[in-house]
Amino acid sequence: MHNLDNLLSEAINLFDGMDDAAELEQAKARYLGKSGTLTELLKGLGKLSPEERPAMGSRINQAKEALEAALNRRRDAIQAKKLGTQLAGEALDVTLPGRGLGTGGLHPVTRTLERIELLFRSLGFAVVSGPEIETDFYNFTALNIPENHPARAMHDTFYVDDKHLLRTHTSPVQIRYMQSNRPPLKVIAPGRVYRCDSDVTHTPMFHQVEGLWVDENANFAALKGVLADFMQHFFERDDLPVRFRPSFFPFTEPSAEMDIGCVMCHGSGCRVCSHTGWLEVLGCGMVHPNVLQHVNIDSERYTGFAFGMGMERLAMLRYGVSDLRLFFENDLRFLKQFN
Amino acid sequence: MKFSENWLRTLVNPPLSSGELAHVLTMAGLEVEAIEPAAPAFDKVVVAEVLSVQKHPDADRLNVCQVSVGTAASSESLQIVCGAANVRAGVKVPCALVGAQLPGAAIKQVKVRGVESSGMLCSARELGLSDTAEGLLLLPGDAPTGTDFRDYYALDDKLFTLKLTPNRADCLGLAGVAREVAAITSAKLDPLEIEAVHSEIDDILTVQVEAPDACPLYCGRVIRGICLDALTPPWMTRRLERSGIRTINAVVDVTNYVMLEIGQPLHAFDLAKITGMLAGAMHVRYAKSGERLQLLNGENLILQPDMLLIADETKPLALAGIMGGSESGVQQDTTDLFLESAFFSPEAIAGKSFRLGFSSDSAHRFERGVDFAATRNAMERATRLILDICGGKAGPIIEVKGKLPQRNPIRLRVERARRVLGIDLDTSKATELLRRLQFNFTVDGGVFQVTPPSYRFDLAIEEDLIEELARIYGYDHIPASLPHAALSMLPESELLHTPLQLRRILAARDYQEVINYPFVDAAWEADFTHNKTPIALKNPIASQMGVMRSSLIGGLMANLQFNLNRKQTRVRLFEIGRCFVKEGEAYVQPERLAGLCYGDAVAEQWGVPARTVDFYDAKADIEALFWPEVANFQAASHPALHPGKSAQICLGGKIVGWLGELHPRWQQKADLPKSAVLFELDLDPLTARTLSAAGEISKYPPVRRDIAVVVADSVSVQALLDGMQAEKPSIVSEISLFDVYRGKGMENGKKSLAFRVLLQDTEKTLTDAEADLAITKLLDILQSQFDARLRN
Repeated sequence: MHNLDNLLSEAINLFDGMDDAAELEQAKARYLGKSGTLTELLKGLGKLSPEERPAMGSRINQAKEALEAALNRRRDAIQAKKLGTQLAGEALDVTLPGRGLGTGGLHPVTRTLERIELLFRSLGFAVVSGPEIETDFYNFTALNIPENHPARAMHDTFYVDDKHLLRTHTSPVQIRYMQSNRPPLKVIAPGRVYRCDSDVTHTPMFHQVEGLWVDENANFAALKGVLADFMQHFFERDDLPVRFRPSFFPFTEPSAEMDIGCVMCHGSGCRVCSHTGWLEVLGCGMVHPNVLQHVNIDSERYTGFAFGMGMERLAMLRYGVSDLRLFFENDLRFLKQFN
Repeated sequence: MKFSENWLRTLVNPPLSSGELAHVLTMAGLEVEAIEPAAPAFDKVVVAEVLSVQKHPDADRLNVCQVSVGTAASSESLQIVCGAANVRAGVKVPCALVGAQLPGAAIKQVKVRGVESSGMLCSARELGLSDTAEGLLLLPGDAPTGTDFRDYYALDDKLFTLKLTPNRADCLGLAGVAREVAAITSAKLDPLEIEAVHSEIDDILTVQVEAPDACPLYCGRVIRGICLDALTPPWMTRRLERSGIRTINAVVDVTNYVMLEIGQPLHAFDLAKITGMLAGAMHVRYAKSGERLQLLNGENLILQPDMLLIADETKPLALAGIMGGSESGVQQDTTDLFLESAFFSPEAIAGKSFRLGFSSDSAHRFERGVDFAATRNAMERATRLILDICGGKAGPIIEVKGKLPQRNPIRLRVERARRVLGIDLDTSKATELLRRLQFNFTVDGGVFQVTPPSYRFDLAIEEDLIEELARIYGYDHIPASLPHAALSMLPESELLHTPLQLRRILAARDYQEVINYPFVDAAWEADFTHNKTPIALKNPIASQMGVMRSSLIGGLMANLQFNLNRKQTRVRLFEIGRCFVKEGEAYVQPERLAGLCYGDAVAEQWGVPARTVDFYDAKADIEALFWPEVANFQAASHPALHPGKSAQICLGGKIVGWLGELHPRWQQKADLPKSAVLFELDLDPLTARTLSAAGEISKYPPVRRDIAVVVADSVSVQALLDGMQAEKPSIVSEISLFDVYRGKGMENGKKSLAFRVLLQDTEKTLTDAEADLAITKLLDILQSQFDARLRN
């Protein structure tokens, strides 16, 4: 029986030394095949006495199981090693760039518009639009700017013919909207506007957002509240100081300019705010009764406030753009910064 | 409106620093745009008298001066070397003493070419008072020697610039600004005392106002015997200069000064230039067609009949309220004047100078409204100053008065003010605010009747007064509160794609959004759209921005060139914007979306062979924009596009856009190394959506069969698909093209097309026989309608 132990350890040693699956199977045959050593031993059981047979049989079977276990272990090890080699050979350089189409982006003015729309929609403002070639009536007369009013000269208007012009502001949209809708009204009207003016700080086209709220209790305090809230949310600064100064627009009264604390220097004074600590960002006011009367809204019952802001101005402050003209040069190197 | 702070403080002097004063003005709606020092910082400069001047022994252009600086401590004279050409004994000049710090230099005891020099005689430029140096700054003979020059010249002053809104013409004079400061700060006002000048001569010039509506008040007066050798006094010159007004001669200076002081523009005519002189009359009338007038600014006008004139018996003398004529203006040799102070109505003046293309201080004031209650006073004030400075004798004032603007009482309800402003305002607070504004009013139970002052042209309705209350109350003191309103949801239609969603689709497909001006070069319109009659601007900013675009393509092409010039090699752009077309009398302004691709289909990268972008790449982008709607592409030609590589895009039977490769002609003209692919779509059809509706999903497996046919090259794939779709058996659920083959093994003029056909029944599993039958039907269609044959 000493033989059996030797046989077993010899076989296990042999298996463990093998790296090749086929050779392993051949080696297996030497022990467990039809005429394998162990098979022969089992066949030889019949020659043993009946007393010896069970003990010997049991020992051989144990040896056979041990051998098969060793064999399986080795099979798994060879398989694992093979897979390991395969996987190692298949490894990627995960730092290579991803393939395919890249991603473009939106114009920074569009992104600004999107934010403005989102913020005002959250307060229930609908978004409306209007034509860019406007009539003199909608652009001026209906907004309480009669012919020869000095405010017309301030507008540097592009004319298409005697009665048609490129709108100088988005305010005509409020007239068009009020003509076909009754209070309460809450809308913003974003869009392109045009002034016959071109220098370092003026482009002949720019974007405005006009806002309008007409209701029975839309008052100046509400105007201040809504616009302060908007600016603080737009710049994501809860502590952004704001102030309102009296101003003049023919279509609002009382009128105001809104300033915010300089977002560049936080009020300590810089080139952007001309060392005042304040930035003018918006014009606003209570809708002038003449304007409401033009669209047959009872100005005794309803009051309203309106505001207009330049999107490029807000985009410049938000993204730190120093030159207005960059927005319309459409240099990809500039535009891709906002993707 | 620019003025000296010191001048303002002679009229009202609130206990505020310059900065605080500017702040309260700004917060009351008179925005202070700038505060600048009247002079840069310097010290140790005194008024000096040049006692003697001798040539420098070693320098031709230098003089050695003995100078008295007059103080007790240095009663001896100083020796100062001076290079100025205008130095002479007896003049008074500013002198910087040793140790002085000037804007550009420190003054030390020095030797100039061997001669000791103890200080420097100064020009205006050396003191930072002027940009030009015309020799030493000569001071009047009565300047007290030894006085600190800053005090003598009142240099410790600041210049305020107000950015006035057009409704506040009342603050275009110092008196008005002072009145406003008093109202805002409650400081005491010291108004100017003006006394009438007694006439010493009887000379009068008759005035005939033939346009009384345009000129409701005209005051004129003859002044004789003035001498224009007289110099404008330094205090006046200083105030004028600090308001940015050049001094000209004493009379013109006085008229400008009174305009700054009171806000009333005045004009002085040389009496000798008036035809007929006292025998004639001055006429205030509208111009006759074709009359001419040369103005003080050199403009030679051909007058139009709506222009108001001051004329004598034979000719126009001045454009009333806007500018005087050059011929009748005051000259150095003028001795007799006709002085005018009038009220021209804003309606008569407004818009005229804008139309003429120039403005004037006078027009600026009249078109906004000048205080007609101060017209006569301004005349008295100017007369007094002219007589004091230039001598002469004044005649009586001729006054022609018509119907002046009415100042009717305006009702002001405290309750309404409370409601509009959202503040707790009571009658007593409102009363206090109106008093500070110096408005006349009566009050009865919370309702005021307020009569606006003559100088306020902007107060006509209740809201005007509410604004005044708010201003003086302080916008800062109005609370900021979020309004209470009924909540209601905004409609949010699933049937609309917003432009923003479309933008995002394109951005995700590697396009960069651009925004272009809609006014373009007329050549773009002619080239890219054959539009020979685009909408033209009457006043374009430049000729190449003269017409309104009817297509977005020109702008994208310009963007392409701009970026290629900056070494970009792959450009993918889109724009959403309006285009403009005139149809009959109407301006049609559709919104469009256009895109351009140029260069490699995907950015140069590893593992993807480089391939130039083509028609079909862009087609996929367009299909993505329309998805799930499916647009139809039909070969058609467009002026901008290659005739064999362009398609019109149809949806629901309507043409909604174009796609194609740039026409080789324009590629060559733009000198592009490669071609570009362009598309332009109407925005409206892109935003419309139909609501998705769920259908039945079959439980049975689909059967796939491929069919490959050979057809003539000229047959379009769409035609085959449409033909099969029209007559296909119902179990055919999908037919799609998956291969196109031309070339080896294919006869000339033919192509092989391979279609994948999916067959499906929702009721049962299909048998081979049923599938075969359906495929045979499809092949029949292809053979009979398109002469296709099955490919082996």
